[in-house]
Amino acid sequence: MSEYEKVLLKNVGKPNSRQLATYVEGGGYSGAKRALEHTPDDVIDVVKRANLRGRGGAGFPAGVKWTFLPKDREVTYLCVNADESEPPTFSNRVLMEEDPHQLLEGILIAGYATQATVAYLYMRAEFTEQYHIMQKAIDEAYEAGYFGKNILNSGYSLECYIHRGAGAYVCGEETGLIESLEGKRGWPRIKPPFPAIQGAFGKPTVVNNVETLANLPHIVNRGADWFLGIGPEGSSGPKLFCISGAVKKPGCYEGAMDFSVRELIESDRFGGGMRDGLKVKAVMPGGISMGILTADELDMKMDFSDPAKYGLLGLGTASAIVIDDRTDIRQVLRNVARFFAHESCGQCTQCREGTSWMYKMTNRVERGLGRMQDIELLGEIPAKMGMMPGLSICGLSDGAAFAISTIVEKFRSELEDYVRNENDDAVRIALEIAN
Amino acid sequence: MAWKAIDRVNAPAEESPSLSEPLKEKIRGFFDRYPTKRAVLIPALHMIQDDHGYVGWKAMEEVAELLEITPSDVFDTVSFYSHFWTHPKGEKVVMACRSISCDLLGADRVLDECKKVLGIGDHETTPDGKYSLMTEECLAACDHGPCLMINEKMHKCVDPANVRKILEDDANDKLDIPRSNLYDGANRTSA
Repeated sequence: MSEYEKVLLKNVGKPNSRQLATYVEGGGYSGAKRALEHTPDDVIDVVKRANLRGRGGAGFPAGVKWTFLPKDREVTYLCVNADESEPPTFSNRVLMEEDPHQLLEGILIAGYATQATVAYLYMRAEFTEQYHIMQKAIDEAYEAGYFGKNILNSGYSLECYIHRGAGAYVCGEETGLIESLEGKRGWPRIKPPFPAIQGAFGKPTVVNNVETLANLPHIVNRGADWFLGIGPEGSSGPKLFCISGAVKKPGCYEGAMDFSVRELIESDRFGGGMRDGLKVKAVMPGGISMGILTADELDMKMDFSDPAKYGLLGLGTASAIVIDDRTDIRQVLRNVARFFAHESCGQCTQCREGTSWMYKMTNRVERGLGRMQDIELLGEIPAKMGMMPGLSICGLSDGAAFAISTIVEKFRSELEDYVRNENDDAVRIALEIAN
Repeated sequence: MAWKAIDRVNAPAEESPSLSEPLKEKIRGFFDRYPTKRAVLIPALHMIQDDHGYVGWKAMEEVAELLEITPSDVFDTVSFYSHFWTHPKGEKVVMACRSISCDLLGADRVLDECKKVLGIGDHETTPDGKYSLMTEECLAACDHGPCLMINEKMHKCVDPANVRKILEDDANDKLDIPRSNLYDGANRTSA
């Protein structure tokens, strides 16, 4: 783990960090000014060279995404994904709460690079306080001329509006977000056409995550080489990590992607070790969708490439939930299964039925009524849902599949033990469930 | 067993509030933000719910007319999102997080305590119409679990022993920061 100077969170904890004056005093909006002095293609070029990979979960290079926009377009929309709903992720909340202008500067830079006319900040409904903070920051930015017509006499105009969601995890998926923006139910769309060609209101659209955009002012100011110099190749740049659960210092931390899950838990810079002398039983290091690690797999590096070696879907949101040795793995399994059953949008049969089916089984297993074939099925169903086997419209079911199949696979013997030891109350509970 | 049919044609219309003129004006104020009128639907529903406390049938019909879509389009959207309710809820809606971090930190004990103090179950409302209780998936404050949200106010690191104190506090839904006036529920125009 290398020495690290805070970039994204450098204003956190400063008095009045939400105010425009504080942000400008610390060099704020200089990146946007610099960007506006160059051509949009120059900005895209520097972001592409920096290889800024999307921080929302998929890790797709942001600069490359922008180049998919058709050359002869007339209208472009920029959607900012602040629908942070993946348990246990809260880095966007910290960014918006503590340093809203950093995000707005990023929106301005991304808007200019893609020549967007309107930027919609899609915030989840549960972000209430953050909504008022962001709205105030946007008002301030408009007043100072960072949004609106002819921004800083550059001839470029951008409007920025907040669009609030209303409680749906699936709206964090980019086409679900676009549908929701259009006033419809947040049902993800079949791709292609990709949003870059036909997105919001049928027009070319870019969807970027809050944290991705927050990196832009720094890339424009300090250059691609500075960005590439942080962290390992392929996973460069500042990154936010969230940690929660049985650690001494749960919170949102910043670092390069050059350390392991063990360090994330133990280091004083991050989690500060386990609390109350508990031991690690398991960790879900990238949000629940990415899958689980056992206590023996804590050497996994928190970067874009290593998680796949441990059977995980990816780095995800780099938000770890640390599960201690007192926790019954069945509780985790049931909770995760319920989350996906609750949040499945219902379009694709195998996701809608599969997630509910898995929830019923995990519920049964937790109550001591599990059957051996339940565990077989919990391994089998996930393999038959999701985008990866080519069966569903969006990645939600891949998330459900990885979360559940990795738990079942890695804690199989523990689950089988529970199932083998018949519960004395089985009949009573069976009746309870049936009624 | 014979099926009991509901006579929807002659049934008395369910009473629910209409959109007031200032509210309609506020909704119209959002038209220039989006290229289509339908896109104003979700902001409009937020404003309606802020004003009426819920999105009633009449409001759905009226907002449909305002946005030049059909009432069924409106219901289609309303029914998808868990944060819009079609029937009145209590003045304050208590949302208890039940996702993984909060769950492992004792969210079920917090929820049980809420049920005990309020005397109601999940998705129920107290008889005096003051409180409704519901469970929520991740509220994105996992570093401070277990979390409880009362209307707009987030309560972090909730200890089951403090639940009664929180629920008895009159200002338990007040934010520490000024609200932006776009969705301001303070000036109720009707209801």
